[in-house]
Amino acid sequence: MQNLIRFILKYHFILLFVLIQSLSLTLMFQHNYYQKSLAVNTVRNIKGYINGRIFSFREYLKLRELNEKLLNENYQLRNQLMNSYLSVVAEPFSEFDSVYSKQYSYIAAKIVSNSVNKQLNYITIDKGGIHGVEPEMGIVSSEGIVGIVKGVSNHYSTVIPVININLRISARIKDSGYFGSLFWDGKNPVRASLVDIPHHAKMNTGDKVITSGYSAIFPEGIKIGTITGYEIYGGNFYNATVELSTDFRNLSHVYVIKNHFREEQIELENTIQHD
Amino acid sequence: MIEVLPGNIIRFIVLVFIQVFILNNIQFMGQVNPYMYVLFILLLPFETPKWFLLVAAFTLGFSVDLFSGTPGLHSSATVLMAFMRPFVLNHFAPRDGYEPGTFPRAHYYGFLWFSKYASILIVIHHLALFYLEVFHFHNFFFTLWRALLSSAFSIILVILSQFFIYRR
Repeated sequence: MQNLIRFILKYHFILLFVLIQSLSLTLMFQHNYYQKSLAVNTVRNIKGYINGRIFSFREYLKLRELNEKLLNENYQLRNQLMNSYLSVVAEPFSEFDSVYSKQYSYIAAKIVSNSVNKQLNYITIDKGGIHGVEPEMGIVSSEGIVGIVKGVSNHYSTVIPVININLRISARIKDSGYFGSLFWDGKNPVRASLVDIPHHAKMNTGDKVITSGYSAIFPEGIKIGTITGYEIYGGNFYNATVELSTDFRNLSHVYVIKNHFREEQIELENTIQHD
Repeated sequence: MIEVLPGNIIRFIVLVFIQVFILNNIQFMGQVNPYMYVLFILLLPFETPKWFLLVAAFTLGFSVDLFSGTPGLHSSATVLMAFMRPFVLNHFAPRDGYEPGTFPRAHYYGFLWFSKYASILIVIHHLALFYLEVFHFHNFFFTLWRALLSSAFSIILVILSQFFIYRR
């Protein structure tokens, strides 16, 4: 016993180092539990508040550009409105048809903090649990896909953007219809990689890449980007470079997407997995 | 020991604040993110007990982690750096050892001494941080380049702080 105590006293520095270092590494690997903890929610609220103040000032300086973007989006949306179409059939299409049930709702949100220069980038938005935001909801901007909600507190949420090396998104090439998986290689916030497209699929530079709609997070057909280059690797699959349509370095307003049928889809998919 | 405590606590809070709300939002050249908060560990008195060094490093790293959404990442890198500090200090010690009543600052031991001492520890911290962040060794040289580039900026900030804030 005495020897043990003497040993611990003699090597206390190294022993304590090993102990604390293992604690840190354990924390690192249990990231998901951490996201839900109370302390993190409190800190997220504080951080959201202070960053919101800083961001609202920077936003003021960008008002002209923002107005232009919103104007542009309004113009596109207006073109899609039913009442800008002239009916050419006898029975006009009705928006409020009991045949159609609304699947996606959108919640408008502002970004209060954002990073593009790390490998694990995160975005914080000013909408949280009381606004109806939940984890695993999709985030888009007027330019295209942004990311997926990771953690939610009362008034703020953190989002994993496409430019985080841990996020993979199911993507499809618009023209050929083949789908693969899109991820960020951690180098340039403007480009991502699209893999797992079989080599017999046709691929051209300039092809549009859109969401596949398989994940129950994003609706089908949301813009992701454009293919700027590709090569075949392993003989069977393409490895394509995609220029992202969203400019993450200059992002201020986003929409959170709520899928009203998500639970139904997941429940169904889970029952199949259990069999 | 007790009389330097309030100053160190204030420095802790100020450095974490600067790191989280200013430096983490810098988006310069796409790859650079200086981590100046390690200045706190660099400036702790020579007589700081070794166990306290590790505990302080963990608290510091964990505070930055809480605000960055990266649990354990900064804690781990900062604790490694604090572990190395006594060895680096020993290596650069003057012939008669460090005089009591002095602090590891440029003011007491000169800019050359401080730059060497700070650079080595900051590079250790940044290498650990950047490799833990990606957590694999492919893209080895790209990560190395990012770590060294950010280290350079952190070292510049830390040395500048000696000029402006701790001039006396």
